[in-house]
Amino acid sequence: MNDTADEREPETGVRLTEQQQRARRARSIAIAVCLGLLVLLFYIVTLVKGPGVLERPL
Amino acid sequence: MSVTAARVEPSIAGVGDYIELMKPRVMSLVVFTALVGLLLAPGHVHPVIGLTALLCVAVGAGAAGALNMWYDADIDARMGRTAARPIPAGRLARGEALAFGLTLAGFSVVVLGLLVNVFAALLLALTIAFYVGVYTMWLKRTTPQNIVIGGAAGALPPVIGWASVTGGFAFEPFVLFLIIFFWTPPHFWALSLYRTEDYVRAGVPMLPVVAGATETRRQILLYAMVLAPLGVAPWLLGYAGPLYGVVALVAGAAMLGLAFRVRAEQGGHAASKQMFGFSILYLFLLFAMLLVDRLSAGSFGLLTGHLAAGA
Repeated sequence: MNDTADEREPETGVRLTEQQQRARRARSIAIAVCLGLLVLLFYIVTLVKGPGVLERPL
Repeated sequence: MSVTAARVEPSIAGVGDYIELMKPRVMSLVVFTALVGLLLAPGHVHPVIGLTALLCVAVGAGAAGALNMWYDADIDARMGRTAARPIPAGRLARGEALAFGLTLAGFSVVVLGLLVNVFAALLLALTIAFYVGVYTMWLKRTTPQNIVIGGAAGALPPVIGWASVTGGFAFEPFVLFLIIFFWTPPHFWALSLYRTEDYVRAGVPMLPVVAGATETRRQILLYAMVLAPLGVAPWLLGYAGPLYGVVALVAGAAMLGLAFRVRAEQGGHAASKQMFGFSILYLFLLFAMLLVDRLSAGSFGLLTGHLAAGA
């Protein structure tokens, strides 16, 4: 029943072109890499500073 | 500033377009001067903390560049030098640049404050705000003193580097600030002398547009006359060695010589182009010599000396 309805109704909404999909994927990967590096940075700085990581001198 | 219609279609901007928004060439000079400020500072900082500070300065500079391109998209579209930038070229929407710039600005300041120190983070926030709010949004379109006052933003990175180590301010980084501050006008006015038509078309009141080429050439000479002795000041004040002093003297004399040639130039722009090119080399030389001086004085290099001492 649902399948039949899907076949009849044209898809609405934004349809990305191939170029747009490629660009979005590249941006998503870049964001993921940056966030991963940020997590790694916080992890390393925590190791470096030890308990002093919570001390933030002005 | 005219406001372009919002783009409704999904973005085709690639990662390279976002990197271009961050003005990587400007960023490299900013990071370099911040590194020198960081290494000249007394005291020690762990290499990881030092690199984190430089990373934050780089990202903050990128944020300022992106926000500048967001606001100046209309001007950029009318200037040959900037027409191929991602927004005027149609590869990236203004809203994307705004969101990108604000995100980077927020992250760079917060991370610098959390991982290095709050004073350095406040200075970075001030630098970004000054470059975007005071220079880009206000002065650039209203006064020929735009790059003079706005130059303060470009002069702050060595102060941020210094503050990343000490958590404070001192006279030494202030001298570095002054060197970049007085270097900025002759550098950009030399460029604007042979790009005057671009600035006229864009409606930017650069000095040659408002006061003419003759007055601009005179002002370039005046600033070079202040800059040359300022460049030698780190040696005279005793925090740079004789090697730096000699290089600063020779390079300063060359800057002055070029400024006199620009002043005397009638028609043509050969001297202005030379002045623009050499001014970049001049600033790089001065800061590179400060770096060499610091690394050779009582330390054996970046990893074994100043930075690692904090490990």
